[in-house]
Amino acid sequence: MTIRVVEPGLLTTVQDRGRWGHQALGVPVAGAMDEVSHQLANLLVGNQPDCATLEVTLVGPTLEFLAETTFAVVGAEFELWLDAAPTPTNTPRQAGRGSRLRFGRRGGGARAYLALAGGIDVPPVLGSRSTDLASGLGGLGGRPLRGGDQLRVGQGAGPRVSCVPPAAPVTLPEGGATVRVLPGPDADRFDPRAMEVFGQARFTLGPESNRMGYRLRGPSLELVRTDPVLSSATPVGTVQVPPSGQPILLMADRQTTGGYATIATVISADLPVAGQLAPGDWIAFEVCERRTAVAALIALEQALMGRR
Amino acid sequence: MSDWRMRLAGDAAVTVAFEPRIDPVINARVVALAAGVRAARHPGVRDVVPSYCAVTVYFDPLRTDLDRLWAALEEAAAAGVEAAGPAREVVVGVRYGGAAGPDLDEVAAFAGCSTEDVVRRHTAPRYRVYMVGFLPGFPYLGTVDARIAMPRRSSPRLTVPARSVGIAGAQTGIYPTTAPGGWRLIGLAAVDPFDAGREPPSLFRPGDTVRFEAVSMETGR
Repeated sequence: MTIRVVEPGLLTTVQDRGRWGHQALGVPVAGAMDEVSHQLANLLVGNQPDCATLEVTLVGPTLEFLAETTFAVVGAEFELWLDAAPTPTNTPRQAGRGSRLRFGRRGGGARAYLALAGGIDVPPVLGSRSTDLASGLGGLGGRPLRGGDQLRVGQGAGPRVSCVPPAAPVTLPEGGATVRVLPGPDADRFDPRAMEVFGQARFTLGPESNRMGYRLRGPSLELVRTDPVLSSATPVGTVQVPPSGQPILLMADRQTTGGYATIATVISADLPVAGQLAPGDWIAFEVCERRTAVAALIALEQALMGRR
Repeated sequence: MSDWRMRLAGDAAVTVAFEPRIDPVINARVVALAAGVRAARHPGVRDVVPSYCAVTVYFDPLRTDLDRLWAALEEAAAAGVEAAGPAREVVVGVRYGGAAGPDLDEVAAFAGCSTEDVVRRHTAPRYRVYMVGFLPGFPYLGTVDARIAMPRRSSPRLTVPARSVGIAGAQTGIYPTTAPGGWRLIGLAAVDPFDAGREPPSLFRPGDTVRFEAVSMETGR
């Protein structure tokens, strides 16, 4: 065993890039809410891209190392303590056997990713180690970590990176963020003014927001067509509008299908920023074009590879 | 003129949508199209998700030639359905009523018939699996006899036990796991719709045929 959970924190789960390929059978994708910080943490300790990390949410855990381990923490700006000494995030560090890593106060962002060299080793379920909390699949028994849990690392260490990647390419939100969206696919179901309101308003993440989705509070988005929408696939970043007019932004643990009208979809490059939001934060939406979305994704991938 | 249209859903998914109706012929096209797209193994495609009347194809925007994928989907959608083999039939034993089906009396009152009649009407049809969604392995089955097609509850239950058989209007389904839900619960199935350790994990696939059979508690496990 490599680490023991002393204090689990608010919600600490095993995550990777998600459980793809089984949505036709109703299996949610899950995976890291901020996939870029997750990938960067893996890169820093020399892991393969499919390695699992621990996603730490709002209040971090305290962990004891049972073996000498290289680790890195990327994402939300937590104060980190390795035994009595402050230790930096965004850089690989070495922990000795018996030492304790404690997550302290949090600055910007909601979720941090702890990578251990070799990757968190839990049995893959349908090709992924991600914890899907709603279905109880993957991770450690399909649940968040608890005090006393022990985890081992696997064989996912690759060649160490020769250059240290740049500082986190995800701009951490402090109190809120604007994300870019592509309109539709159900834009024709909305009052023309609804799109305008949607693009100008600030919404607030309701207290019941979680890994499945963010319940947004703000001006009502009026539907002009109220005939039922037949359930169909729901991509991550979908902004659904139920008849109440209060939108829901679907995130990593979303169900595979849903039956509400979709006013817009967050672009892939801005999903990591959205994944760093917490209940009480604001979110605003800026409509963009597809070529902007693709260019932003290319820029993000290049930043992650340490290239320009 | 085509009876389907294609739309992007964000920058990483494209949906081929047929006429928005719950219809076995439309759904057969959906199931066939999804199987065809999956078999074609287009570079960059990450997942293919059929629903009642649409197929959504998830792709990696940086590793997919969207023009080629778009053209391939157009061609596949325009092609007719090849004669599919006979549908697989799954028979599901159900213990109706009592603690297993707490809403059976309500459905009988809605239908103005006895609970025995509700069971007869629920077990009579050969249902089609229109899609699997909501929860891993949850089958959306149709079409329910109009006389017992009671709409879902106005406020969902916080916990519906695993294997509960429910009705929501023209649809019927089986909860694979304990979850919140608003369907009218009429019984408990003798099968587990989903088990991640089983191969294949989902008992039901889109396009399958399902029949329900009333069983006693003993044979129902």
